[in-house]
Amino acid sequence: MTTWDRTASNPGGDRSASGRVRLRTEPVLPVLRPETNGTQVDANRVAVFDIRDMAVFYGSNCALAHTSLKIYRNLVTAVIGPSGCGKSTFIRSLNRMNDAIPSFRLEGQVLYHGHDLYGSGANRVEVRRRIGMVFQKPNPFPKSIYDNVAWAARNLGMKHGLHDRVEQALRQAALWDEVKDRLKQSALGLSGGQQQRLCIARAIAIEPDVLLLDEPASALDPVSTAAIEELILKLKNRFTIAIVTHNMQQAARVADRTAFFSLDTTGPERFGTLVEYGDTETIFRGATDSRTRDYVAGRFG
Amino acid sequence: MSTGTPLVLGETGLFDPSAPLTPSGNLRRRTWVNTFVRITATAAALFAVAILVIVIFGVVQRGISSLSLAFVTQTPQGLAGGGIFNYIVGTVEVIALGAIIALPLGILTGLYLTEFAGPRSRLAGVIKLALDMMQGLPTIVVGLFIYGLIVIPQHKQSGLAASFALAIVMLPLMARSSQEVLLLVPNSLREAADALGVNRWRTVISVIVPSALGGIATGAILAIARAAGETAPVLICNSIYDPNHTSLNIFHGVPTIPMLIYTSVDLPLPDAVARAWTAALVLVVVILCANIGARVMLARSRAKMGL
Repeated sequence: MTTWDRTASNPGGDRSASGRVRLRTEPVLPVLRPETNGTQVDANRVAVFDIRDMAVFYGSNCALAHTSLKIYRNLVTAVIGPSGCGKSTFIRSLNRMNDAIPSFRLEGQVLYHGHDLYGSGANRVEVRRRIGMVFQKPNPFPKSIYDNVAWAARNLGMKHGLHDRVEQALRQAALWDEVKDRLKQSALGLSGGQQQRLCIARAIAIEPDVLLLDEPASALDPVSTAAIEELILKLKNRFTIAIVTHNMQQAARVADRTAFFSLDTTGPERFGTLVEYGDTETIFRGATDSRTRDYVAGRFG
Repeated sequence: MSTGTPLVLGETGLFDPSAPLTPSGNLRRRTWVNTFVRITATAAALFAVAILVIVIFGVVQRGISSLSLAFVTQTPQGLAGGGIFNYIVGTVEVIALGAIIALPLGILTGLYLTEFAGPRSRLAGVIKLALDMMQGLPTIVVGLFIYGLIVIPQHKQSGLAASFALAIVMLPLMARSSQEVLLLVPNSLREAADALGVNRWRTVISVIVPSALGGIATGAILAIARAAGETAPVLICNSIYDPNHTSLNIFHGVPTIPMLIYTSVDLPLPDAVARAWTAALVLVVVILCANIGARVMLARSRAKMGL
């Protein structure tokens, strides 16, 4: 299987004969492109997620459709777009968090390292063990700082070297120096930004393969937001990161690749869809779709 | 991991990310434990329901044979014959009077707690505590209290005394259930009304209570159903009555179904015992119907509130 999307063979219009939104995700020529931000999406880069024509329904209501993209290993992939365009639905579908919604239904395929995430052989607990998530609002457990980080590791049987693991998780989340003297105190006493970094420490303590961040800084002040962004840039060497954000500058600052989602209002039904996906530089400086250009220029959304 | 080399999270190779998504590590065992706990919890829940089913089945089995239209429309003949019409009427009288006393008080208490007391009101805290304690009060103590307060001074048992006792039983249930449904009314509605310069009382009567009406009614039905089966207060305050005639005079003793059951099972007559079972069946069916009706109403009102 090549890295190039099937849609790459359709680089001209953004609508195929069937009227579906098609993506211009990749360049036509399978050669290394001169990249301005130093990232190269080449044939050697591992696609962690290969999402093929994904559609999500809540009951009969279609939330997201015609979405195909690949998320690459050790890159930060940002998902941007106006409210209600299915960003959160999309990212929550990547570790089966939406399974808890009774009327949730997914069509298409989500391949994770080539394995169907929604296939009969996929265990959803195992899925989440490999694909961690940090939510919009910091949600530490009402336990001590130490126990918050150690909890999952203990349950997963990683008891050997647990202290070391907790310390490293807190260090990698850039929280260690602030909390090392009060590890036994309640996590609820931390500030919002610290709580969010604790949640990231908690997620990386069990060493997931992928970290999904659903608007992780939208409830935080600018200083805490900057700390989280710095953290994301540090963590991308070891984890594959996908981040939903409604803050375009944040996407521009942290992401290597950016996917722009928007509402498709052309048909009788409104649903979210992927409009354009590419290198962050391209999306922000030279987007091909007018909707992307309008959005990143702040003309709507 | 050896403690000598520094642990770098993400680089210890705990698992192979490209492996199939089947359980790894201790997940297989955790899945077993999870399944075991789930089955145990389900079994416990089913057991609780099974007890109810067994009780109802027992009552139906023993009571259904004597059940007839005449049983609920005729007055008794002797100790074991005829129907229980006068007992049904008496129960309705006592419960209705109790409800007339308790429901408005309970609803107003709920309104005070949610709408008029401030969020940090000490008085509201004390009232909530008192209501909880009142709810836990043994009903025989309530009956005894009314006995001392009303029956002894009047030298006479009466349906009225039983009504007061049952009102005390219903009051905390009503207050707490109204409080709970009123809390479900979104605060944004109160803010919206406040921002229009309308008094809290008008807001309560025309916005908040209508939104919570279904839930309040549900609480009322549940409180009434609970009181309908109470035996201790009627035993103490309302156990001397004419068993064979319908009595509309609440100032005298009136026959009630719990008393009928209580007195009949003691009699050495198989027919009287059978009548007790059938009366129990009537009581259970009425209470069950009231409960189911209340649940349906609550579900509808919640759907209306968009919850």
